[in-house]
Amino acid sequence: MNFDRLKEKLEILADAAKYDVSCSSSGGSRKNKKGALGDSSASGICHTYTEDGRCVSLLKILLTNHCIYDCAYCVSRSSNDIKRAGFTVDEVVDLTINFYRRNYIEGLFLSSGIFKNADTTMERLVRVAKKLRLEENFNGYIHLKSIPGASDELMQEAALYADRLSINIEIPTESGLKLLAPEKNRQDMLNPMKYIQNGIAQYKDEKKIFRKVPKFAPAGQSTQMIVGATNENDLQIIKVADHFYKNFNLKRVYYSGYVPVLEDKRLPSLTTAVPMLRENRLYQSDWLMRFYGFKAEEILDPNMPFLDLEVDPKLSWALRHLHQFPINLQTADYQMILRIPGIGVKTAQKIVSARRFQVLTIEHLKKLGAAVNRAKYFIDFTAGNIHLRHLTDINLRKLLIGGSTSKFQNQFSQQLTLF
Amino acid sequence: MTTLLYDGSFDGLFTAIFEVFEYRYKDVEIVSRERFHQENIFAEIHEVITQNEKTERVLNKLEKNIGKSGIHELLKVYLSEDSELEQLILSAVKQSIQHPTENILQNYADNDMLKISKICKSVSRERHRMTAFVRFEKMQDDVFFAKIDPDFNVLPLIRKHFKNRYQDQKWMIYDLRRNYGILYDLENCDFFYPDEKLDLNKYQQKFHDEETQYQTLWQRYFTKTNIVERKNLKLHIQHVPRRYWKYLTEKN
Repeated sequence: MNFDRLKEKLEILADAAKYDVSCSSSGGSRKNKKGALGDSSASGICHTYTEDGRCVSLLKILLTNHCIYDCAYCVSRSSNDIKRAGFTVDEVVDLTINFYRRNYIEGLFLSSGIFKNADTTMERLVRVAKKLRLEENFNGYIHLKSIPGASDELMQEAALYADRLSINIEIPTESGLKLLAPEKNRQDMLNPMKYIQNGIAQYKDEKKIFRKVPKFAPAGQSTQMIVGATNENDLQIIKVADHFYKNFNLKRVYYSGYVPVLEDKRLPSLTTAVPMLRENRLYQSDWLMRFYGFKAEEILDPNMPFLDLEVDPKLSWALRHLHQFPINLQTADYQMILRIPGIGVKTAQKIVSARRFQVLTIEHLKKLGAAVNRAKYFIDFTAGNIHLRHLTDINLRKLLIGGSTSKFQNQFSQQLTLF
Repeated sequence: MTTLLYDGSFDGLFTAIFEVFEYRYKDVEIVSRERFHQENIFAEIHEVITQNEKTERVLNKLEKNIGKSGIHELLKVYLSEDSELEQLILSAVKQSIQHPTENILQNYADNDMLKISKICKSVSRERHRMTAFVRFEKMQDDVFFAKIDPDFNVLPLIRKHFKNRYQDQKWMIYDLRRNYGILYDLENCDFFYPDEKLDLNKYQQKFHDEETQYQTLWQRYFTKTNIVERKNLKLHIQHVPRRYWKYLTEKN
């Protein structure tokens, strides 16, 4: 093996793949067979974190950054003058196995620029997964990025060897996509997604009847969209995510704050800051939909199409629904406890457990891990709660903002000086 | 006040707990022989001899009350090496005997149970980190070797994880702080306790020929997958605390 050349390729193709948000290795479990390599559990493991704070659990690379498309937001676009490279199937397999053996990674995330056409590219990706599974007896995690427009036959094969498949829908709105990636169309992305979704449903049915059915994309599908490259609002983004969760059974939707890398008059200028706070708020909303039982319409509505940058979406909802508070910890149901600002899933579960033993006080709440500085305004303890007098106060919002410090404080300092 | 001295083992601790009930001691402390310094000169000393049947009886009873997972939590408290571990486990057993129909560990409003839940959380976090941050280095004899130095004694909690994961390669994980390790030789996967400290320098010189190449590839990958425009060192350090850096290939 020529390590110097391999190193050069790895540098180019890891660099080009880094804007893909997903690096998760969760959701699929694949037990090791006797004497083989690899075992993945549903929770997944982050093996390290980059200096930007993101988790590294997979070897995330492109097979090649040669691409026939010219999408405005993409560093690998055909008109961009950059170094190009491509891995052979064997090289990707070798890197994956050797990194896995040293416990650097949980598996492989393989994406690719599109060379020649969709099927040629997809076929090559599938070949990597197939070789890992059949020749190397590898039971680690494999995430393949499906190529828009890939044929059903190839998608079928991909789902047999990969744990997760995904297609990035790239831009939240169709008009945005037309503007920035005129050669791509939404339908080419949705068709393979639909095919996999049906396949997964069919697998689940067969599994009920037969004991041994070959796994079919066991970790499901995900997608990703770029935020802030076009001028869509948060309501549109959340609706799109909600649509994918409901109608495509997606495991995850990822949001990627646009990092300006290219000069193009259709795009925000190179000096625009990455919309980190907005991205953060979108993830918080996503969590509210997936784990807290919130509906998309509750988080935002047409009168309020953007997420509040000063307070998180759950607190923002609570401030708009003060009439639903205070909530009594001793009697309220779990779903309502989850809606108290400052109380997360774990704490809510602990509350429901602990209250069987005794009457809870604000001191208990602190110890259970709630963010009491926010929660205290919304809870009625059996012994009373002096903070409740603020609940009807028009200054409650100010009080809450003043009582907490945000890691994004400097990002909205501009707005604060207006007051 | 009675002081029960036990041998420091998990079984010994539960024998001691059995004897607390057996002899109806009211005011007791349980101390491992290694950590015992006689301070309370009025205390009566009771030497505990580890007896498996006594341990079994306590554990069986406990399993009925708090389940296998409850016992696993108490094991984590034991592995935490916390200075209060004996007192906390005794408190849990006492309360569980008093309230046999409830899983007493879930009474988070009780101070001891809350402490247990916090210790379990810390131990689990470190256990998880050790499944993540172990870095194997391939040696000339084809053994993949890793050294760790965890705050809690989590090696027993990660054996199964690595045993399931790496069945077709020989490997060894060594706890530098506690001087013992796990060795898998393609057939057995057992703990080993060397008489002397492992001579690391000598061992490290015997890297497999390709080892440094893959280390370099991994380091380059780690650098290149980072997005400079989004640099957030605070978050980075929160996820990868500095104390682990010296054993991480990508950080060296």
